[in-house]
Amino acid sequence: MTTVAEPQTARETAFVDNDLHPVGHGRMLRKEDPRFVRGRGHYLDDVQLPGMLHLAILRSPLAHARITSIDITAAQAHPKVKLVVTGAMLAEKNLAWMPTLSNDVQAVLATDKVRFQGQEVAFVVAEDRYAARDALELIDVTYEELRPVIDARHALDPDAPVIRDDLKDKKDNHIFDWETGDKDATEKVFAAADVVVTQDMAYPRVHPAPMETCGAVADFDSVNGKLTLYSTTQAPHAHRTLYAIVAGLPEHKIRVISPDIGGGFGNKVPIYPGYVCAIVASLLTDKPVKWMEDRSENLTSTSFARDYVMHGEIAATKDGKILAIRTHVLADHGAFNGQAAPVKYPAGFFGVFCGSYDLEAAYAHQTAVYTNKAPGGVAYACSFRITEAVYLVERMVDCLAFELGVDPVELRRKNLLRPEQFPYTTKTGWVYDSGDYVATLDEALRIAGYDELRREQAAKRERGELMGIGISTFTEAVGAGPRKDMDILGLGMNDGCELRIHPTGKATVRLSVQTQGQGHETTFAQIVGEELGIPPADIEVVHGDTDQTPFGLGTYGSRSTPVSGAAAALVARKIRDKARIIASGMLEVSVADLEWDKGSFRVAGDPGKAVTIQEIAMRAHGAGDLPEGLEGGLDAEVCYNPSNLTYPNGAYICVVDVDPGTGKVTVRRFIAVDDCGTRINPMIIEGQVHGGLADGIGMALMEMISFDEDGNCLSGSLMDYLLPTALEVPAFETGFTVTPSPHHPIGAKGVGESATVGSPPAVVNAVIDALRPYGVRHADMPLTPSRVWEAMQGTVQPPI
Amino acid sequence: MQVTMTVNGEAVTREIEGRLLLVHFLRDTLGLTGTHWGCDTSNCGTCVVLMDGEPVKSCTVLAAMAGGHEIRTVEGLAAGGELDPVQRGFMNCHGLQCGFCTPGMMMTARALLDRNPDPTEHEIREAISGQICRCTGYKNIVESIRWAAAEQAGVRSTLEPMTVGSAS
Repeated sequence: MTTVAEPQTARETAFVDNDLHPVGHGRMLRKEDPRFVRGRGHYLDDVQLPGMLHLAILRSPLAHARITSIDITAAQAHPKVKLVVTGAMLAEKNLAWMPTLSNDVQAVLATDKVRFQGQEVAFVVAEDRYAARDALELIDVTYEELRPVIDARHALDPDAPVIRDDLKDKKDNHIFDWETGDKDATEKVFAAADVVVTQDMAYPRVHPAPMETCGAVADFDSVNGKLTLYSTTQAPHAHRTLYAIVAGLPEHKIRVISPDIGGGFGNKVPIYPGYVCAIVASLLTDKPVKWMEDRSENLTSTSFARDYVMHGEIAATKDGKILAIRTHVLADHGAFNGQAAPVKYPAGFFGVFCGSYDLEAAYAHQTAVYTNKAPGGVAYACSFRITEAVYLVERMVDCLAFELGVDPVELRRKNLLRPEQFPYTTKTGWVYDSGDYVATLDEALRIAGYDELRREQAAKRERGELMGIGISTFTEAVGAGPRKDMDILGLGMNDGCELRIHPTGKATVRLSVQTQGQGHETTFAQIVGEELGIPPADIEVVHGDTDQTPFGLGTYGSRSTPVSGAAAALVARKIRDKARIIASGMLEVSVADLEWDKGSFRVAGDPGKAVTIQEIAMRAHGAGDLPEGLEGGLDAEVCYNPSNLTYPNGAYICVVDVDPGTGKVTVRRFIAVDDCGTRINPMIIEGQVHGGLADGIGMALMEMISFDEDGNCLSGSLMDYLLPTALEVPAFETGFTVTPSPHHPIGAKGVGESATVGSPPAVVNAVIDALRPYGVRHADMPLTPSRVWEAMQGTVQPPI
Repeated sequence: MQVTMTVNGEAVTREIEGRLLLVHFLRDTLGLTGTHWGCDTSNCGTCVVLMDGEPVKSCTVLAAMAGGHEIRTVEGLAAGGELDPVQRGFMNCHGLQCGFCTPGMMMTARALLDRNPDPTEHEIREAISGQICRCTGYKNIVESIRWAAAEQAGVRSTLEPMTVGSAS
């Protein structure tokens, strides 16, 4: 490790903080931070345009009702109101409905019925945000209440009301059935197994709740016909194409700008009705229009996550060899199927439920239904439903350990895939690229001091104290994806990257992905820096603006490093290849005689003869001949099509204390060892892991979007939807192993969601372990004090 | 109505609606967009500013109530162009990711260190427990505030120095 002396004065620090970093991979302070710590980030609500109007949305107070009339005259009469629009008015322009990311349709504004509480019914555009809200109160909507479908388990009952009667010939609330694996082979293994353990479990509906809610500023220039849309989007290019297709606007006349984003976590992947309303409002008023939702709107109407009811089964030999896993899942997709997942994967990547284990057979069946709840089903750092899959398998392995009476670590160790088995094809067809799972587990055990923890636990149990230790050894699948398999609404999941080396050797790299806090401006400068030897401080990263960047599908599913990171490395290598030819001309040797020495080409055997990348850049743009056939300039672009996903893995250990009197769970320690292959910036990786661990603790212990039987959302504010604060999470302990991805140009795997995926089962396993003296084998999240206390009494019920 | 207050050391007087929230006064009327809002119910703390040196959630303070008081926002944290130790701590310890909660966190940290220059980890966690960060899991925010405490006490050697250039 290199220790760099700290600057002497504050002023010095202010100016040199971003020069304290390596040329390439390594711990490096972030290039984006100087603006953020000064309050000079530029988020959506900071966008102020001359003459800008403000839009507010009227939402349904009911979960399921027919709209019988809407009277907007009083709202229109408000002195500051410029425009009031209803669904009927949008229908006249054929804009009342829009496609979802799963080839369903969703109402922009309700025309016939409202289908969830919080659904968009009308909007008002006014001179300021207060007046717009005032005018919402003046709109008079009458509804005829309909019986709602709230419990997914009754959505397919014969007498269940049909929610989606807008769809032709739709007579029920069924969306799809999906299966993976070999049903018959799995049945045979189960029939012959010594031990079969079954467990029902729910993964409640949760919400990503980024600190910045969703919003948009639409600015239509009626003179040149160009729409500029600032929006809180994780996928600016995909959104632009969809707006072009849906609204019939020419794509080259749409510019989508994703400014600084105050957290995404998947919540900002879909197109929301509010974005479309803002566009319509700008078209109709010929003014810039801002729509910024409030927190309740964010929690009650934007994309939720999870909401799975799962039945799990695991088969094993009596000495603990896991043979097969089988599951049936009931998925609640809400009123419109807005799940974001590649088209061929209606259940997302749930097929990764085989986990980190060597199985003989596996099978999953899923049924998805409509209910009168908000649509979505993408979000919260879930890697396309792998969070649910990992929870299922890691809980089932613990249930098996419970029944066999063996240590969950030893059970896992016996069944984890071995390094020599990679690449490993699971029984559901996923090809894991690399890993050393036992090494990762051993590192976590070492950091935790596992044996000592078990001794402490035993001593505490003697005294009637409840301490639990929970393990999770998970495999993630990120970096969607190969275009032969993966597209979203027909758009291939490839990402472009453009790199321009300026005459003085400084560089600008343009990405199709954008950051919501992941630190792209730093990481991508490091990737290019590593390949070309240009200091990251000399590399400007441009992202989040469709006019400035190449096409690509955006940042979610931990895909930035696996896909765009690869593109950045490859485009830099393309530059390096050209630079080599230019260098050969400058040094008057053949290219074969040149050696690359990070930042310069040297003549083999004559190390004194060399040219730097900066000198080459000047030659590329300067006067004088270049080697024959070579164009001037030093720019390149690529579009990267990954050959496979990358499969990061981790071993997590959670230590909890449970108050026997109240059921309150305290997470005392959390040890996370991640293997994400090559580590570009360890500081940023650890930060990503910390955030995911807090998410996981929140979901396991606190968070749930719940509804009453009428479909009223009971979690519509941060007073009701509990997110972890600094007091609910411990000082995380992180470690790592490095197993590079064999197919990624720099061996890196995505890591952004590993901790969110891997931590919930570790926390739940720890709580259940603490409750061992009570004979509890399972209790559902969120493990609130009351739920834990009920589990101790043997009366705990599923949350949904 | 007319309101007069001091914002980052400067006296400001504006004509406002009585119901205008302080957060909107700062952001929309004065253009100080470094202060954010996130929840409307004083749960998330992204809107924290200092009023007479004490952290307040500006989404639940009327601009009129701030009349006659001294308000300090993130834009007023760097004195004379020099970053506050808290700001440098957040950069050095990776105490921020998306940056949205950061101004509020830093203002609370400033107030904490003003009354308790050497807080324990638990005291730091307690101080920021009215604020939510979705990115960092708080660990590096706590580290950032400890860094700032050590920095302003001149005892930074008690903390692990920042390292750069290492592959791990």
